[in-house]
Amino acid sequence: MFGFEEIKKSFLTSLWFMFLTFPIMVIRVNTVQNIVEWRWERMFMIGIGSFFLSFLWRYLLERKELGQKKADLGEVDSIPWNRRIAREPRFYIPALIAICVFVLVFPFTFSLYQTTIMITALIYVITGLGLNIVVGLAGLLDLGYVAFYAVGAYSYALLNYHFGLGFWTVLPIGAGMGLIFGILLGFPVLRLKGDYLAIVTLGFGEIIRLVLENWNDFSFGPSGIANIPRPGLFGIQMSLHQATIYLYFVMIFLVLVTIFVVRRLQDSRIGRAWIALREDEVACQAMGIDKTWTKLSAFAMGATWAGMAGVVFAAKTTFINPASFTLWESIIILCVVVLGGMGSVIGVIFGALTLILLPEYLRAFSEYRLLIFGAVLVVMMVFRPGGIVSPERRIYQFKGTAPDKPKAEASTPG
Amino acid sequence: MEPILQVNALTMDFGGLRALDRLDLEIGQREIVALIGPNGAGKTTFFNCLTGIYPPTEGEMLIRRPDRKTKKLNGLKPNHVTEAGLARTFQNIRLFQNMTVLENVMIGRHCRTSAGIIGAIAKNKATRQEENKIVEDSYAVLEKIGLAEFVNEFAKNLPYGAQRRLEIARAMATEPFLLLLDEPAAGMNPLETRELDELIVRIRDQEGITILLIEHDMKLVMSLSDRIYVVDYGKKIAQGTPQEIKNNPAVIKAYLGEDADA
Amino acid sequence: MEYFFELLLSGLTRGSIYALIALGYTMVYGIIQLINFAHGEVYMIGAFTALIVASILTMLGWNEIAILFIASVVAVVYSMAYGYTLEKVAYKPLRHAPRLSALISAIGMSLFLQNYVLLAQTSDFMPFPSLIPDLEILEPIAHLITTPEIAIILTTAIVMVLLTFMIKFTRVGKAMRATSQDREMAMLVGVDVNRVISITFIVGSATAALGGVLIASHVGQINFYIGFIAGIKAFVAAVLGGIGSMPGAVLGSLVLGCAEAFFTGFVSSDYEDVFAFIILVVILIFRPAGILGRSDISKV
Repeated sequence: MFGFEEIKKSFLTSLWFMFLTFPIMVIRVNTVQNIVEWRWERMFMIGIGSFFLSFLWRYLLERKELGQKKADLGEVDSIPWNRRIAREPRFYIPALIAICVFVLVFPFTFSLYQTTIMITALIYVITGLGLNIVVGLAGLLDLGYVAFYAVGAYSYALLNYHFGLGFWTVLPIGAGMGLIFGILLGFPVLRLKGDYLAIVTLGFGEIIRLVLENWNDFSFGPSGIANIPRPGLFGIQMSLHQATIYLYFVMIFLVLVTIFVVRRLQDSRIGRAWIALREDEVACQAMGIDKTWTKLSAFAMGATWAGMAGVVFAAKTTFINPASFTLWESIIILCVVVLGGMGSVIGVIFGALTLILLPEYLRAFSEYRLLIFGAVLVVMMVFRPGGIVSPERRIYQFKGTAPDKPKAEASTPG
Repeated sequence: MEPILQVNALTMDFGGLRALDRLDLEIGQREIVALIGPNGAGKTTFFNCLTGIYPPTEGEMLIRRPDRKTKKLNGLKPNHVTEAGLARTFQNIRLFQNMTVLENVMIGRHCRTSAGIIGAIAKNKATRQEENKIVEDSYAVLEKIGLAEFVNEFAKNLPYGAQRRLEIARAMATEPFLLLLDEPAAGMNPLETRELDELIVRIRDQEGITILLIEHDMKLVMSLSDRIYVVDYGKKIAQGTPQEIKNNPAVIKAYLGEDADA
Repeated sequence: MEYFFELLLSGLTRGSIYALIALGYTMVYGIIQLINFAHGEVYMIGAFTALIVASILTMLGWNEIAILFIASVVAVVYSMAYGYTLEKVAYKPLRHAPRLSALISAIGMSLFLQNYVLLAQTSDFMPFPSLIPDLEILEPIAHLITTPEIAIILTTAIVMVLLTFMIKFTRVGKAMRATSQDREMAMLVGVDVNRVISITFIVGSATAALGGVLIASHVGQINFYIGFIAGIKAFVAAVLGGIGSMPGAVLGSLVLGCAEAFFTGFVSSDYEDVFAFIILVVILIFRPAGILGRSDISKV
């Protein structure tokens, strides 16, 4: 591994990257004052960094290829770590209790600020789970997902502004608007395949944002809508702190509802059709599955959750404008799904909490957030396209002759 | 005998290339019919037209279902063709690789079941019963095809021959009356081929399913089929029993001539 | 009428820039059927590199033409290097992975490169020196079209001719065509497919960088985000012309450029970007093969 050849390779790689990053990293010109700033120490850092990272890169690539070969021969069938934990009651019962206790006491033990961040993370859990239906299960890359989020948020803001409707009234309306927009936009675009679909959804997402930005009479343009009320509780007056704690529990409730519904969908006849569609469109149709309807249902279901999450988002920030709904927001949600593991509920939750909470707590890194997100997408795709948590294999229970595999397992934990 | 599949003057053009040229074909109930011909003769294109993947340029495709209703296949979407009772396998295996063997077969049950989104979320009694039924039925199909031992394996981890059989099992789960097999023996060793031979006969005899297959393995074709159609350059050049085909000079010239010992 | 010509010429200029970027999209798509999402970023890095070189040389008091030449060469070389590295890091390991994975990787790369420039340089707009001098002979028509605009249109035309020549007559060009037709087959007859793919990325990046230098000098300012907008527009143009087809990319770019110019000139400038996206959506839905693309039935 550390032979001469390897060191030479890494040395050349590091030279290459030093060359590559030289103008952008090292030189900075100030054209107003005519000063050139040379930042040589950065070149040195790039050199050292890429020297060592190239070892790691090659090592991981080799390991991946080795794993693939083994898998081709059918040798490895090791149980992923998350399944192992989920299988053993003595692991998962205490873990579950610990999580419940943590969730319950969190807003009372931590500061208002941290509760607010947690609410944001929970919003991403919901949007992530919604997008997971579209991307993870049905394999449709939707880059305009945030448009439905915007639809939900603006539904609440506008309905409240014009008609004074409250949070709980608009929550289902927002979800419904997401659904309607999902069907309206989905219908024309779902004939397209793979990357074309990605681009068209991106286009639609941007169209909706740009319309919100320019149609002042309708959406109040870039200045947005302020003073959106937080969710109410039988008209009780709440302080900011109380309202936040209340919103936190509302979010926990909505997350649980989302998990419940998504799990049910995933394990159903429709969910299987979505996965089959992802695996092979032609075969899927040849097995009698209506491609258009299946795609549309996945797309619309995803949009519904985005609409709902949008309502919560508007209620949380009390102010929205088009700047909250850029393409990058869609990509961050995509990142949540990809990092956690496409098609896995636990994975998406894990992905959302990691990606949203980590940068908040590691303040030093917060400006590198998007840089790291970009790198995460690439590295995950190259080394672990399945995400951190690999989706579970569903084992079904049936009567009939018992096969040699353990069959006394209910559908799916996780 | 009344044919259950009748194809009249089927023509398929790809740009300037005529892949199928006024092809006629008829299959009677419980027949095993083979479609043979050199590579690129248009056999798979024929399947793709039948199953609604390609829209044929001209011609008519009719089926007579077990309930004696006739139906035109032209213009049907692939899933509607499957619903009408035709199921197929693919030459280049197209399983759902990251689903288990059982799930692959359960997908086949999709068009015979009906639970929707509301049912999936509510998980009411009807949905639960249907779901259990899907599992039971799918397992039964696997047992019939001899794949029960792999039930919870991922499809991608199956040995090659078993993957081909799983394609058949998946198609069987859609309850077809006509099964289209596209080179089911490709890549199989002699033992697996013999098992496949038995399996196909069993599907016909026990399930009463009519079979149309494309195959290059002449030994299998000769022993299995009741009748054979030979196509070359999209045209039918001969049809008849295996014995007739063997002695047909046109066939020998176009096809068997290069491979006389087969 | 004069207004019409003014718009037409500004549309052609705009379209020429799109064309320089769109060529890269279309070539890469033709070879590996991947939408190189990070292509716009390569263009942006080209513009930044040129800005840095040009600024230093201006401070040293060099002559304008020399600066233009050197800055362009450096920008092109660096963009090529970025294009090459991009492919090696983000796409090559995914050659046999599902297309969705490669596309997500491409999006990641785009996000990464944008923020890399944002963090290493600045998030503000940087003034870009005007490198193309106004020629006195062109004074009479200056109210219609400026020298930089003529330079842009001419450069695009020259690049197009050179590329066509390369694709049609050189060994590499033949290998590229073979690879885009059938990669497996090309490999069997001895084409070094990895090399062909690298070269495609390098050539595409070079033309994008030229576009970067020209537009930056024309518009007069750049920031880290220009690659994204221009990239999307160029992609729309490539799709409009028929992705995978090089004449299509140029035609699509000119059509889009003119359509945009007329739209902003006659209708409204608020919805300029919406207009481009609407064209994209409409084209993809009703004629996904584009103007010059062939719509072929996918093999089963």
